[in-house]
Amino acid sequence: MSQYSINVRALKRAPNRDAESSACLRVENLNLRYLRSQSDALHNISLAIPRKRVTAFIGPSGCGKSSLLRCFNRMNDLIEDCRISGQVYLESEDIYGPRVDVAALRRRVGMVFQNPNPFPKSVYENVAFGLRIQGINKKRVLDEEIEKALRAAALWDEVKDRMGSNALTLSGGQQQRLVIARAIAVQPEVLLLDEPASSLDPISTLRIEELIYELKTRYSIVIVTHNMQQAARVSDMTAFMNLGRLVEFGETDTLFTNPKESQTEDYITGRYG
Amino acid sequence: MPTHEAETLTSSAETLDDGVRRAEPFVWLSAAAVVTAVLLLAGLVVLLAGNSLRFFWPQPVVFLNASSVGQAGLLGVVLRRETPRDSIQEQLLVLRGGQEFFSSPVEWISAQDIQSEERPRHAVTIERVDRGRLYGFLDALDVRGERISLAALPPEEALRLFLAALERSTSMSADQLRYRLRLSTGQIVERPVASVSSLHFANAMSWSEKAIYFLQAIGRFLTESPRQSNVEGGVLTAIVGTVMLVLLMTIVVAPLGVTAAIYLNEYARGGPVTRLVRIAVNNLAGVPSIVYGVFGLGFFVYAIGGSLDSVFFADRLPAPTLGTPGLLWASLTMALLTLPVVIVSTEEGLVRVPRTLREGSLALGATRAETVWRVVLPSALPAVLTGLILAIARATGEVAPLILVGVAKYAPGLPISAEFPYVHFDRQFMHLGFYIYDLGFQSPQLETVEGLVFATALLLVGIVLMLNLSAVILRGRLREAFSVEEGFR
Repeated sequence: MSQYSINVRALKRAPNRDAESSACLRVENLNLRYLRSQSDALHNISLAIPRKRVTAFIGPSGCGKSSLLRCFNRMNDLIEDCRISGQVYLESEDIYGPRVDVAALRRRVGMVFQNPNPFPKSVYENVAFGLRIQGINKKRVLDEEIEKALRAAALWDEVKDRMGSNALTLSGGQQQRLVIARAIAVQPEVLLLDEPASSLDPISTLRIEELIYELKTRYSIVIVTHNMQQAARVSDMTAFMNLGRLVEFGETDTLFTNPKESQTEDYITGRYG
Repeated sequence: MPTHEAETLTSSAETLDDGVRRAEPFVWLSAAAVVTAVLLLAGLVVLLAGNSLRFFWPQPVVFLNASSVGQAGLLGVVLRRETPRDSIQEQLLVLRGGQEFFSSPVEWISAQDIQSEERPRHAVTIERVDRGRLYGFLDALDVRGERISLAALPPEEALRLFLAALERSTSMSADQLRYRLRLSTGQIVERPVASVSSLHFANAMSWSEKAIYFLQAIGRFLTESPRQSNVEGGVLTAIVGTVMLVLLMTIVVAPLGVTAAIYLNEYARGGPVTRLVRIAVNNLAGVPSIVYGVFGLGFFVYAIGGSLDSVFFADRLPAPTLGTPGLLWASLTMALLTLPVVIVSTEEGLVRVPRTLREGSLALGATRAETVWRVVLPSALPAVLTGLILAIARATGEVAPLILVGVAKYAPGLPISAEFPYVHFDRQFMHLGFYIYDLGFQSPQLETVEGLVFATALLLVGIVLMLNLSAVILRGRLREAFSVEEGFR
């Protein structure tokens, strides 16, 4: 494990500073409450996700980091008893505004879930799904876009000879990269990753982390993770959350080496639960 | 505490209670239930198969010399031998055919009256286009007044000549080509050859000839229309009627049931109203089918059909055009009857589609409708098919509501034809289930049609079994293709 992590660390040190640094997603006074529970799941969150960087959300289980992530593409709309107040801006557009096309929003903000969830279709059709939804059905265009997405997800060489086989026959790590390929095939601006490696073995995890590093040149990435080493390896910015509040948000290096809040320090040094 | 554990694990004194506990009585109980069910089904199939195969297999024609039937004796097929409860004498039920010559085509004879029983090789069975069978001995053929004697010829030769005449009978008038048959009473009857549908010498047939006859008889059963108020001929009309009914029903119930299930599972909020609707749907499945029949008659036939008549066919009133039982109304009634089955099983399939698949689709910018159509429904397809097949199987076997909304004892025309509009929704139709009921329980001469009833029942059970089997196979294939559980998770 250690030799891999050194490898990634070396990659990470090659900075991406020239990327535009303004925020792509801005959250203002966001509150989220599940009607069945007594307290707020998210309490007065305000933060700005930088463009073309990797932002990690860390924190103990149930701290609300996944809930926050799901606010960015309005995935929480599917939960009936979920109430949200406050604003989330995607490039200065309020995504909870009155005339927002949620499907269009989700095309711009892609998401990858904790467990690989490829559709029970062929590898090809999985990646083609988002494109077909947009009405792209020309085989030539699809072939090209699918190859591009699979190459970007570092999966092309493994699946190019089995495009027609069922995606569920791939290994877990391959499935997760397929899901990432599926998400980037529709060219989103932001990519949300909800614990993308938590169900994978260390080698598959490493490949996903390498992939995240490569993808940040083109996409703004937000990743939720339980794994603090992973956050330290892959992210430029880190937000530490606890009990539905944003405790600390800053440059990853600073947050891990010199945290301002004692809560953060307790958590990253392992004194917390 | 370790001593206590050791004690319970190695208890040497085995009581009966321990034995029962180890033998797991519930395994035996549940296995017994399965065995009972399988045996009952197997018994049913064997009973039906045995009786109907005997009906198609050529039975030996016996000549009985019995004191009770007079000097001439009795020629026919022994249908049954049984001893009545109030007697110790065995009784024989003999089918002697020729209903216009005898008071009854079947005759009970006491076994003790029989002086001799033989199987004459040249006894012929003639199946006629109308009026049932004739048993007797071929005497001669009259071709344009010229008589060819068949009486002395061996059966094979007589059969060859007769079949040749049968082939030519279409090009000659009925009077020019006639055959003479000597009945067991000695009486000679003369009939046109054209009225014969087939003939065979059952006692002179070899095993392979019997097998060929057997297959031909099954073929005629499946491809001919009923004749002689259903007691003769095949069941083609009933098969076509049943298939058309089920087909139309499926076309109606599939989209309706599936979309209703999609609404209940994908769109409706899980409130008390949804729960109420779901309970109502489940209860609809338990409503007696005759109630659906009454509803179909009142709502579809009289209300809808009647008002359509008064709008579009007012000039023909009071004679109803659509306001009368027919194929369309029967299909709609059956669709209503099977709707709960389709809704319930489709919903079960939809529930089993993991939420992560829906989220994956939505996260790619698909709308809810696109998600349902492209991801959820394909994954739930096996369950949808299961529901449809269950519905089809139920509709195939259902009779009670049909009596009210469109089935006919005898329908002269098929509900489909080669000329416009091809499918005649307004026509009455025949149905295998009703055919069994009508023939087996409304017929004045049950003994003569028993075989036909058994054969039809076997056919119906076979159709339902085949439908279920095809559903199982299809579902297995689809599960492989759309398996969500498989793979590395």
